[in-house]
Order: sequence, then C-alpha cells, then structure tokens
Amino acid sequence: MKSFTYERPKTPAEAAAAVASTQGAKFLAGGTNLLDLMKLEIETPTHLVDVQDIGLDRIEATNGGGIRIGALVTNTALAADKRVREDYGVLSRAIVAGASGQLRNKATTAGNLIQRTRCPYFYDTNMACNKRKPGSGCSAIGGFSRPLGVIGTSDACIATYPGDMAVALRVLDASVATVKADGTTRTIPIADFHRLPGDTPHIDNVLERGELITHVDLPRPLGGKHFYHKVRDRASYAFALVSVAAVIGRDGTTRVAFGGMAPKPWRVEAAEPALREDRAAAMAKIFAGARPTEENKFKIPLAERALASVTAQARS
Amino acid sequence: MIGVGDLAISRRGVLASGTAAIAITSLPAGAQEPMPGKPPATMPVAFEVNGKGVELTLDTRTTLLDALREHLKLTGTKKGCDHGQCGACTVLVNGQRINSCLSLALQHHGDKVTTIEGLGTPDKLHPMQAAFIKHDGYQCGYCTPGQICSAVAVLEEIKAGVPSHVQGDITARPKAGNLEMRERMSGNLCRCGAYSNIADAMADVAGVRA
Repeated sequence: MKSFTYERPKTPAEAAAAVASTQGAKFLAGGTNLLDLMKLEIETPTHLVDVQDIGLDRIEATNGGGIRIGALVTNTALAADKRVREDYGVLSRAIVAGASGQLRNKATTAGNLIQRTRCPYFYDTNMACNKRKPGSGCSAIGGFSRPLGVIGTSDACIATYPGDMAVALRVLDASVATVKADGTTRTIPIADFHRLPGDTPHIDNVLERGELITHVDLPRPLGGKHFYHKVRDRASYAFALVSVAAVIGRDGTTRVAFGGMAPKPWRVEAAEPALREDRAAAMAKIFAGARPTEENKFKIPLAERALASVTAQARS
Repeated sequence: MIGVGDLAISRRGVLASGTAAIAITSLPAGAQEPMPGKPPATMPVAFEVNGKGVELTLDTRTTLLDALREHLKLTGTKKGCDHGQCGACTVLVNGQRINSCLSLALQHHGDKVTTIEGLGTPDKLHPMQAAFIKHDGYQCGYCTPGQICSAVAVLEEIKAGVPSHVQGDITARPKAGNLEMRERMSGNLCRCGAYSNIADAMADVAGVRA
C-alpha cells in the first residue's frame, strides 16, 4: 500500500473541500472496497478524508411521503430499518443478498453506490485493463468473460457494476443528493448516476472530484410485491451472475431492473408495459443491442427465466 | 543448574522470535538509513481493546488487524486472506462484527474493540467457546477465533431483528435456525469443513435444535 496522510473532518462541506483541494485525495467511509484496492495498489490515494464524523447516518421521513437515507447509513442498518423492510422490501432484500454480515456492518449506502467493478482483469494488475489503466487495453475481451457484461459495454470495457443495492434503487426511482466543495448541492437520478464505459471506462459515475454523496432519496412507497432474485455460483456471499429487482403490482404491472448484466443497473422502462402480455418480446426490447460473448451469452435467457420465476411467485 | 522451567518454550514463543528475525532482515533499506523522499506518515490513535485503553502511534496504513497482532501482540485474531473474503480476522467493534483486515486502525479512534482474547479465557470460557469445544467446531483451528467472534455477533443480530437473505418474509422477526446460521456465517470460511459442527455449536448456545 502506498503511504497516505489522513484526516477526519466534522462536516460534509469540510470533507468535500478537503478532497477537492488535495490532489490525489479520496473520501473514506467504510473502506471495505477502497482498502482492498489500496492493498493491491489499484487505488493509490495520497490523502484520505475519513467521513465518519460528518453525520449523515440517519434515515428520515420526507415531506413527500418517502425517506431520505444518510450517505453513511450502513448496509445492515438500512436493510434492518422497519420502514425499508415494510415499504421498500426490494431494497432490504437486495442488500442482504450481497456481501457478508461483517462487510454489511461496515459498508455504507454511499460507498456501496461507488464500489468498483469486480472484473478479474481489473483486479489482476499484470493484465491490461482500460478501467484501471486508461489506454492499456482490455484483457477481458477475448478472455474469461463469463461473469462480465452483455449490454451497455464497449470495445474498451465489458466490466459490470457489481452491486445489488443500486439495482433495487433503480426500480424504486431513487435519487442521489450530493454537495460540492463550493457548497452547491445537486440531485442525480439513479438512472443517470453510473456511466456507460464508452472510451473512458476509468470513470464509473458522474461525480466530480470532491463531490460528496450526502443522501439517497426514495420517493413514496410503490406498494405491490417486492422481489430481489439473485442467481450466482454460490448460495451466499458471491456476486451476481444475473439478478432481478422487481416490484409487481396486484394488476401485474411490473417494474424490473437487472444486475450483473451491464456497467450499471439495467432498466428499460419503455419495455415494462409489455411484460404482462408478452414477456419474451419485452425482454427482447430490454436487451436489444446486447453484445454478449460466447462465455456469457447464457445470461440473457437466464435473466428471462429469473424474471419468470419472480412473476410466478408474484401470482402465487 | 538449569531447571525445566528455564527451558520451557512455547510454539508461540518460537513463532514470535522467528517472525521478529524475518521482520528485521526484510526491512527496506530506508528504515535503517535515510532515503530521499518523505518518510511514511504516522498518526496517534487511541481505542479500547478488551476493556483496556490503548494508545499507539502508527503508520497510517496500519489495519486494525495489524495493530492488534503486530503492535498489541493479540495474536488470537488471525490473518487469512487479508482481503475481507475469509473472515479469519473477524472482531467486534462497538458490539458489531467486522473484518479487521479491511479497516484502518485510525478509523477506530475512540472505538471499543473485542477480540477472541476478550470474549473468554481458558479458565472462564465464553459460552460460544465452550460450545465449539463440545461440538468439535474446528479441526486446524486457524479460522476459529473469527468463527467464534462472528457466531457471537450473529446470535445478537438475530435477536436485534437484522434480516437475512434466507428469510421468507423480510418484515418478520428472524429466528435462530440452521439455515439462518449458515447464511449469516457465509463470510467465515473453514477449509477443514467444520461447518456442520459450527452450526451445532451455535444452535446449542442459541438454545435451538440444529
């Protein structure tokens, strides 16, 4: 690990200013992903701004009938929250489908959103990876691509966004609230938060340098039945090959987002009305333009079957 | 005359002195002679370990795990993968289990840390330690301190109503059962495969049938 300096500011604005004003600085929240990457020298911050003392660790009701989740609410606390379990079950289910108990106790809401890919070539510093080292090439293309992306990828990168929580946030139409070093705030719809790689796969999301996530906002509850169905190589503690976050209404109206398929949670709202009558046609629309590899083309029919399983449960 | 006691050596002592010798020979040249460039940053940190306050000045890179093992000589907590995948380093911080390898010591300023040494002693075992012995919940024992710390926390998490992936109804209160224990312990690997006995030990402590 490269040497770094460390500080613990007291407010979100101070934290944002500290990162913005120091070249090579990064925020540190739970650290479960960042420290792992620092040990491998994939991340080499020169200064860490530990945000644990800045507040933002509560879940509050909003005037609009939704909830506002502090950036530093742990995965465990969020999944266990009574309102979340009752009104946003898909979110609780997605969180407890990911990582381990130890990691969920430490990992935060904001940190989970900006965790980096688990593409094996991103982690192997002997291999070419445009996400880790821009311009070095992509060893995943033509390599071991079974766990990797089938849609939204590019000729520069086929890595997936690895998380579960954000897939649930996508069906719930969450938004991400931030503060910048100059004190200005903005709200980013979750659909726009993660970037597609294009020819700049080293940039995972739309956050600017020194821009700090302060909250994740959920609109009023949708009702319906909530599902998070995760298909993976082990029954527990593994990343998704395919995951399905779905909210299905009594009349069969379906919202669905897929994990493990793309560089961001994958949802195509325009295809959702057709899901009730002709699932195959709707799925073809959702995955139109997919460019799977020989090794991962199984993910597309697997996604349809995973959704079929969920809709069958919704009817029962 | 040399008494038997003078010759008594423990495996721990041999390992510790061996490690020290290796550590000295593997220090980078810069540790002995001034090298160009800045020395690694260090900072003071204070936290409580097993009920005792400790103050250390550490290289900022020091993980909680290395602070416990290398600086405080609490070697009960084990380093397995050092990447949060195996759970051997599991300790309790403010009552919650975490991977001590994926946390900087500096992040724990002011925290209360409990390691396997703080759960029980050979004379006064924690009920979970006693249950692991009774149910033969280990073979080589390397993962055991992490398993026990995790198991203690799992039963607390179930009591506190923290949901899990295997619950049919996410809004219901979880119950300590075999499936729940196995799911919640998935962050602790045991290459000897003592899992079924670990689940038995946990069920015994929880007062349920495995």
